[in-house]
Amino acid sequence: MTDSAQSVLIAGQKEKVRRGLDRRLRSERRFRAYGIVAIVLAILMLLFLVGTIVSNGYSAFTQTWIKVDVLLDEELIAPDGETDPETLREDGDFRGALIETLVADYKPEGRAQEDLLVAMFSTEAEWTLQRHVIANPDLIGRKITIWVKSSSDIDQLTKGAVRRDSPESGRKLKDLQLRWYDRMTAENRIETRFNSGFFSSGDSREPEQAGIWGAIVGSFLTMLVTLVLAFPVGLAAAVYLEEFAPKNRLTDLIEVNVNNLAAVPSIVFGLLGLAVFLNFFELPRSAPLVGGMVLALMTLPTIIISGRASLLAVPPSVREAALGLGASRMQVVSHHVLPLAMPGILTGTIIGMARALGETAPLLMIGMVAFIVDIPGGPTDASTVMPVQIYLWADSPERGFVEKTSGAVMVLLVFLIVMNASAVYLRKKFERRW
Amino acid sequence: MDENIAEAIVAAPEADASDAVDAETFRVKMTTRNVNVHYAEKHALRDVTLDIGEREVTALIGPSGCGKSTYLRCLNRMNDTIDICRVTGRLELDGQDIYDDSVDVVQLRASIGMVFQKPNPFPKSIFDNVAYGPRIHGLVSDRADLDQLVEQSLRKAGLFDEVKDRLGDPGTSLSGGQQQRLCIARAIAVGPEVILMDEPCSSLDPIATARIEELIDELRQNYTIVIVTHSMQQAARVSQKTAFFHLGDLIEQGETPQIFTNPRDEKTQGYITGRFG
Repeated sequence: MTDSAQSVLIAGQKEKVRRGLDRRLRSERRFRAYGIVAIVLAILMLLFLVGTIVSNGYSAFTQTWIKVDVLLDEELIAPDGETDPETLREDGDFRGALIETLVADYKPEGRAQEDLLVAMFSTEAEWTLQRHVIANPDLIGRKITIWVKSSSDIDQLTKGAVRRDSPESGRKLKDLQLRWYDRMTAENRIETRFNSGFFSSGDSREPEQAGIWGAIVGSFLTMLVTLVLAFPVGLAAAVYLEEFAPKNRLTDLIEVNVNNLAAVPSIVFGLLGLAVFLNFFELPRSAPLVGGMVLALMTLPTIIISGRASLLAVPPSVREAALGLGASRMQVVSHHVLPLAMPGILTGTIIGMARALGETAPLLMIGMVAFIVDIPGGPTDASTVMPVQIYLWADSPERGFVEKTSGAVMVLLVFLIVMNASAVYLRKKFERRW
Repeated sequence: MDENIAEAIVAAPEADASDAVDAETFRVKMTTRNVNVHYAEKHALRDVTLDIGEREVTALIGPSGCGKSTYLRCLNRMNDTIDICRVTGRLELDGQDIYDDSVDVVQLRASIGMVFQKPNPFPKSIFDNVAYGPRIHGLVSDRADLDQLVEQSLRKAGLFDEVKDRLGDPGTSLSGGQQQRLCIARAIAVGPEVILMDEPCSSLDPIATARIEELIDELRQNYTIVIVTHSMQQAARVSQKTAFFHLGDLIEQGETPQIFTNPRDEKTQGYITGRFG
């Protein structure tokens, strides 16, 4: 073979490689483009989701208040002349005093118009007045100026969610009320304030009085029960299965079943809770205790699986080192393996808990879907939890609950983000290298 | 390669003299008779009968997979932790059957320490690494005793001067060679009679290796040492007795100089001259 022939051959091979190279680079570029498109789509969807929730829900954190001048008529509030808190609470007609003043100011004609006027205020207004007077009994007989909550309809009007130009028959606020509203606005009697009640009160039929605190406390109690039950049991099960159990048919069977349980739909656990905890053991309905027990059952497989994975990830050299020094198996586990595996176990637990926090279906089965106004005082009190509260509000017809629903979703998301962030933090903080 | 080995032997002239002394005072520390090990179906070790002399270094050599590490792990029952492993035969420490039901494996491992292939300090401070053994066995009653024991152990392992100012640093922050000496100090702190070393230098550089070999030679004064090694030079340098394993059989055992200069078996001959390995 001559030199030139060989160089032609080499050039031919190079050409082949070059063409192949083009193809390979093209496929790489294409693949990268798919990846970027996927990421962009994912981000857009996430932004859309968060954007919708925030734009619907941010107004749930504010509330419209109305300034009223109330004559604290002694005849109505303290007919017997006694001003101790008990008597005021029992006998004082604060609603009457409020209506009397409003009627005098706005001069509604007839009973129907008077009802329209009163409907502009929250039913909570008289209690605001009552609290104020009980705290300052010397005000009785005088005319005071006080801020009270507006009704949800006025609140929605202030927030721009009500259209004024639709026909009067088609809207809840009548023209007369709109005129009064405009007069109040002109007199600077309308104010938008931070809605602290949203974070401090329980559920209510009135949107302006409904709060998420009852659901937060319910969720907290439920999670507490879940954690107390699922963490020790899950941890002990994981340690036993990974470190002590003999490898045989029985442990294989247990392992397969634990893995399967992790994939069981959560409502099945709810049915189990209904059948076993409520019907057989007759534990209280709608209680965080039972909810926590059901969620603990649901979370257990997650904790066991993540716990075993973390234990398995501890290098065998650490076990050998301790065994070689004469540590017993218990000492090997408690002194070396468990501390090294703990960050992973905690991460798995927190992620399992976060999942449980967002769970609705199993709690519906055990009656936590009830309408509960009171803040639960303990794990056996009837209560609801955040996701169920969201579900309940989403189901309510009033316009005011739309923003509450999104507002509650935001609160729930904040809790979930905090929990997941703490999982990341714990992992980073306690991660040890060897 | 065998030139190096010969050099190593020549470079240690006192070996012959001390061997002569040892021959007179030779005392068997551990005896093993017909040791067989099965991993499930695999017959990993066949009828190994070997005596390990007190206060001398016994090197176990042989190609990979020959069973030398398996044999070593029988000596302190580390194989107990492997479910599928079955050990038969008689293994004695000072005449006591170590596989007897009356023997507590925790106590056994306190008398037979072990150093592993890869340095494996605990992810704790240097001090805690050494103090761990004495603590779990309750060897010391107060802090002063513990401090002293830790210092002594680190000194014996030739590490104290390098780490005395940073006993609180994590053991994993040391260099590879220092970590391995820390592991030796950790084993010594429990007060063992026998120290098993499973290729202690295989992950170390030549300087760190030389340091460990020196240390092994010093430790021989007080401890019985069994070392598994892949390096024939190392076996020649540090050991008094050598045992050659091949495919689960103990082929030949004897005085180290004899094994390396005048092996009786042709497989041994083949291995030490580098024909297979």
